[in-house]
Amino acid sequence: MALCVELGDGISAEVNTRVRALEFLIQAEGLSGIVETVPSFRSLLVYYDPDQIAFEALCAGLGELAEEATTATLPPARLVELPCCYDPELGPDLTAAAERLGLTTDELVRLHAGAEYLVYFVGFTPGLPYMAGVPERIRLPRLQTPRVKVPAGSVGLGGAQYCIYSVESPGGYWLLGRTPVRLYDPEAAEPTLLRPGDRVRMRPIDRAEYDAIAARVAARTYVPVIA
Amino acid sequence: MIRVLDPGPQTTVQDLGRVGQLRYGIPPSGPIDVRAFVIANRLVGNPDGAAGLECTLVGPRFTVEAACAIAVTGAEAPVTINGTPAETWATLALAPGDTVRIAAARAGVRIYVAFAGGLDVPPVLGSRATYLRGRLGGLHGRALKRDDVLRLLPAPLPAPRRAGPGERPTFESEPEIRVVLGPQTDRFTAEGIAAFLGGPYEMLPQSDRMGARLSGPHIAHAQGHDIISDGIALGAIQVPGDGQPIVLLVDRQSTGGYTKIATVGSFDIGRIGQVKPGQRVRFRAVDVAEAHRLRRAWQASLAAAAEGLQRREKVS
Repeated sequence: MALCVELGDGISAEVNTRVRALEFLIQAEGLSGIVETVPSFRSLLVYYDPDQIAFEALCAGLGELAEEATTATLPPARLVELPCCYDPELGPDLTAAAERLGLTTDELVRLHAGAEYLVYFVGFTPGLPYMAGVPERIRLPRLQTPRVKVPAGSVGLGGAQYCIYSVESPGGYWLLGRTPVRLYDPEAAEPTLLRPGDRVRMRPIDRAEYDAIAARVAARTYVPVIA
Repeated sequence: MIRVLDPGPQTTVQDLGRVGQLRYGIPPSGPIDVRAFVIANRLVGNPDGAAGLECTLVGPRFTVEAACAIAVTGAEAPVTINGTPAETWATLALAPGDTVRIAAARAGVRIYVAFAGGLDVPPVLGSRATYLRGRLGGLHGRALKRDDVLRLLPAPLPAPRRAGPGERPTFESEPEIRVVLGPQTDRFTAEGIAAFLGGPYEMLPQSDRMGARLSGPHIAHAQGHDIISDGIALGAIQVPGDGQPIVLLVDRQSTGGYTKIATVGSFDIGRIGQVKPGQRVRFRAVDVAEAHRLRRAWQASLAAAAEGLQRREKVS
């Protein structure tokens, strides 16, 4: 059984922070009967066991916690640095995106890698982060025709949203480059890298470093930089 | 030890699924028909969550290298041991070298095979369930292949049991599936909701463990089919722009951006999961209180089924 708690209407850091704060409060206060929670842009999906908590009591409890769920309640977020190779071969839309924005590719890379992104939530496919924080200057509408296959690790822009494809999947975002780090590795002890609320920065790397890190990732000797 | 001679079209290792990973985008997986899965485990003396097999439309053919006990439940599929017909919904004692064949289902889709002791594959994130799209859990994160070898956890051979006729499912030609309307009912026209509840909807062959795709009366949106992506509950019914419903199941995406007209009650997930491609279903709306009541009745019936099995302990 599940119910959805909506904390706002639009996509904003403020609304999403309240969503994550509500999830944090549920964990911290140990509201009984809650099985698991799924944060997204503006709502929290709450799976519950009706044998442990009555629906009315659950709604009342969640209502109270939602009132408390302000930005002040969350613990400090992690900062994850992801190396990214902005190479037209790995980011097939880099040149076209720069042209459309009236920028050189170097300027686009500098703006993209200069920003800090907030992971609103992780979902759709395992380990895929939905991120905000895209500078106004580099926002683009999504591609007219989505690609059938986007390789894992591709970093993509679509409007104010930014994502990194965690597994090979179809996709409609502009692909600027690729990270050799695996956001989802089913054979790792912790298969997913990013968590809701993480801050993410991209570190531009050249193709040689991309290949070197990819080799270490494959050999399972690479440790991502997390502060 | 079990050697797979022919895996069938899609046979996976499942237990009752992994909890707590949806916030990282990893679905619970586990059996679609929980009732049939649990009864299979109880027939071989296992805890409800022991790992067994879920097969799709056609079961596997396999040999066992040591004496063991199995039970086959779920979809109605003929079972033979060394070519001789064997019972379903009952404990089957196997001798070393026995070959079991589970043929195509005559009714239903998902067949379950429980093994006394349970299948011994390494738990991943607390579960042995296979998540095919994520290549996670089960046997190397994939469906069984020919020549795969499965090991069993040690267990005593169970006393033979049999499920009574009341404990076996009836496969109706047009089952009625109970749903709670929402959470985005306001995004559909009154005619759209009436069409949805009027039905019937036909199960499409591209349905899988992620979602049951249906085709039937067009469900009209009032104001567009996209929403700000949010969490997708088990049984949520998405309606994309084409007006056709998709019931999201155990391997579902954790979040999505299509409007959801209703949610199938957990007690009816197994029933819709047993509907064959080409077969039709209808939806009936119930309120949350009724859904909770139906869930309790479902649990009580499963508990009673366990009692029934115990009473038949000496029969077979």
